Amino acid sequence: MDLFSAQSVSKQYASHKALDQVTIHVPENHIFGLLGPNGAGKTTLIRIINQIIAPDQGELIFMGRKLQPNDISMIGYLPEERGLYKKMTVGEQAMYLAQLKGLSHHEAQKRLKYWFEKFEIKGWWNKKVEELSKGMQQKIQFLVTIIHEPKLLIFDEPFSGFDPINANMMKEEILALKDKGATIIFSTHNMSSVEELCDDIALINRSKVILDGAVRNIKKTFKTNTFEISYTSWDGVLQSILPADFQILTESQDVDYRHAHIKLPAGITPNELIKTMLPFVTIYSINEQIPSMNDIFIQAVTQQTPQHVTQD
Amino acid sequence: MNKIFLIIRREYLTRVRKRSFIVMTILGPLLMAATIVIPIYLATRTNEKKTVSVLDESGIFYDKFKDSEELKFHYIVSDLATAKANFSKSNDHALLFIPKPDVSLPTNAILYSEKSVNINVTSYIRNVMSRQIEELKLQARLSELQTDKKEPVAVDDLLRSIKTSVDINTMKIGEDGQESKSYTELNMILGMFAGILIYFFIFMFGAQVMRGVIEEKTSRIVEVIISSVKPFQLMMGKIVGVGLVGLTQFLLWVVLTFLIVTIVTSTISPGDSKKSVTEQMMMQKQGMNPAVSEAVSSQKDSGEGMNAVMEAINSVDFPLMIGTFIFFFIVGYLLYAALFAAIGGAVDSEADTQQFMFPITIPLILSIVMAQYIIRDPDGPVAFWFSIFPLTSPVIMMIRIPFGVPYFQVVLSMVLLLLGFLGTTWLAAKIYRTGILMYGKKISYKELWKWIRYK
Repeated sequence: MDLFSAQSVSKQYASHKALDQVTIHVPENHIFGLLGPNGAGKTTLIRIINQIIAPDQGELIFMGRKLQPNDISMIGYLPEERGLYKKMTVGEQAMYLAQLKGLSHHEAQKRLKYWFEKFEIKGWWNKKVEELSKGMQQKIQFLVTIIHEPKLLIFDEPFSGFDPINANMMKEEILALKDKGATIIFSTHNMSSVEELCDDIALINRSKVILDGAVRNIKKTFKTNTFEISYTSWDGVLQSILPADFQILTESQDVDYRHAHIKLPAGITPNELIKTMLPFVTIYSINEQIPSMNDIFIQAVTQQTPQHVTQD
Repeated sequence: MNKIFLIIRREYLTRVRKRSFIVMTILGPLLMAATIVIPIYLATRTNEKKTVSVLDESGIFYDKFKDSEELKFHYIVSDLATAKANFSKSNDHALLFIPKPDVSLPTNAILYSEKSVNINVTSYIRNVMSRQIEELKLQARLSELQTDKKEPVAVDDLLRSIKTSVDINTMKIGEDGQESKSYTELNMILGMFAGILIYFFIFMFGAQVMRGVIEEKTSRIVEVIISSVKPFQLMMGKIVGVGLVGLTQFLLWVVLTFLIVTIVTSTISPGDSKKSVTEQMMMQKQGMNPAVSEAVSSQKDSGEGMNAVMEAINSVDFPLMIGTFIFFFIVGYLLYAALFAAIGGAVDSEADTQQFMFPITIPLILSIVMAQYIIRDPDGPVAFWFSIFPLTSPVIMMIRIPFGVPYFQVVLSMVLLLLGFLGTTWLAAKIYRTGILMYGKKISYKELWKWIRYK
């Protein structure tokens, strides 16, 4: 079931269309990656979900009904442009933001105490924000985003500004939140974190969704039946033994082995390849070339052909 | 509603706890008290008496002006031109000229002086004159009533019929003997004071709202907050919070100034509020109830220093003055604060505010510039239009109020100001809402216009 979905959402700014008939489905308890180049419309969509701005057209469905103003207490949002009041103390600020999310004074205090202990930052409570490093501030921001235990979490570029250790800690926290039942929308340019975290994605380019679906399925559709094979033999063997429709994409040699990328025609299995090669060469390894999200991203954006991946 | 309260509380508390707020709260009253106390102190210290020559053409005030610690009166008989010529040569402080009235009793006088005349002097003269005139009127009325044997007249009516206000124009005589009008009347001082206070309040705290918005923008917290509350709530919370800070400071100033002034004046000039006992007795003998005579005597009470000022203040319609002041003070602030918030939302840093500040500061500065003119002609068409136009009315109406303004004009001005407030807030909310999410873009008026038209 979808926890959240946007149906044909459009938003027009004076001269340019920020979103054009955008439809996304965010399944419950999934991590959903919202991808796209700069200026594609991701932030506009996120702001619409947070009801910071209103769409010109389209519907937003949250938990099976129309999104309502009160639902912001069930959404946690960590914007890309984020900060804190510099002159306020960490504790006061966290209390303020937690109460703005609808927690009572008592409840806010209790939960903050728990998280401050967990993150081992209890000593910061009375410090002014300006005394903290950027990474420390990011931790506070992350903490106040999740303090009200929202059903839907939206992270816009959550790892920017974190060192690898803290970034890893955040990743683990995000996965832990998923385990506890939260649904997460997460916007980023960092494709490796998409591979690690996301179950589903939507790729937005020039205001339109050009690719969406489950990561696993998308990868499947972007596979080209290409294999990397490592072997030993004499020079030029492949050209002489392989049928013409087996495309040799690359060939190289290092100290020990020869390597080649071979694209097979549709319907031909790697077994055929091995069978053909076996009498002439010694095979040490064969791997299917699965496209990375990075490749898919670049390919989809440069081709600009909308694809909605549904098959399983 | 609960959330806007949280915002107001944060805005209020973070500001009130700032060191600059505490310093200002203490320094302000000290400065204000000093400006009030020092002149009084100096005045009481000078042993030298000021001489006022009295040229009384009506002849009813002879010997009525009593010498006091501060003032000495001497009566002259001549024509005005010679009196003025002599005055220029003399060391006298002022020359009081009471012209011969056309029909009945005189109601105005001119006070010539080289330097500007102390308000105590003017108010003392005014009080003596009006008391004398009222006494004459009262005698006339009483004898009239006795001879006519008409039905008894209510005390209130009687009092109202004799109540007299005396206009004293003060004219400066320069070294060259030229006259020019000078204005030291209490109305003007009160009006100007109230107007300037509103002007400062709007500027100081309006700018604080603007800085607060810019701070939220540059520290990038604004998007975090508006994912929890509506931009409008954030904007109004800030405006109200800062306004309350202003009111707190203002109230503390008034209370502290009052305390300091009372303590200091009571130590340097021990209470000399002598009531004219004879007069009270006379009133009572003629069958007036004590409350009324109290009211009368309080107006006729003579005094020096603070007493004179306090008494002069009594002549102003105070409930109206305070009521309108509070209204124009608060609504004027709200109207301008919304505009300041919009500017803060539209720009990235304080350095960029100049081009947008200009159209907002123009009406405010214009009000203060026009004040000089309006005080000379508080009922003229210029005064009228400036006092109903919402961007100038908070300052200009306050300047006019002490001179007496028709009620319908006051109400009209208030209604227009309220509408103006709703208008600017609506406009500001639209600019603010879009502006706070825009970073690193130089905004033009054309751009603002687009934002206003967004749905």
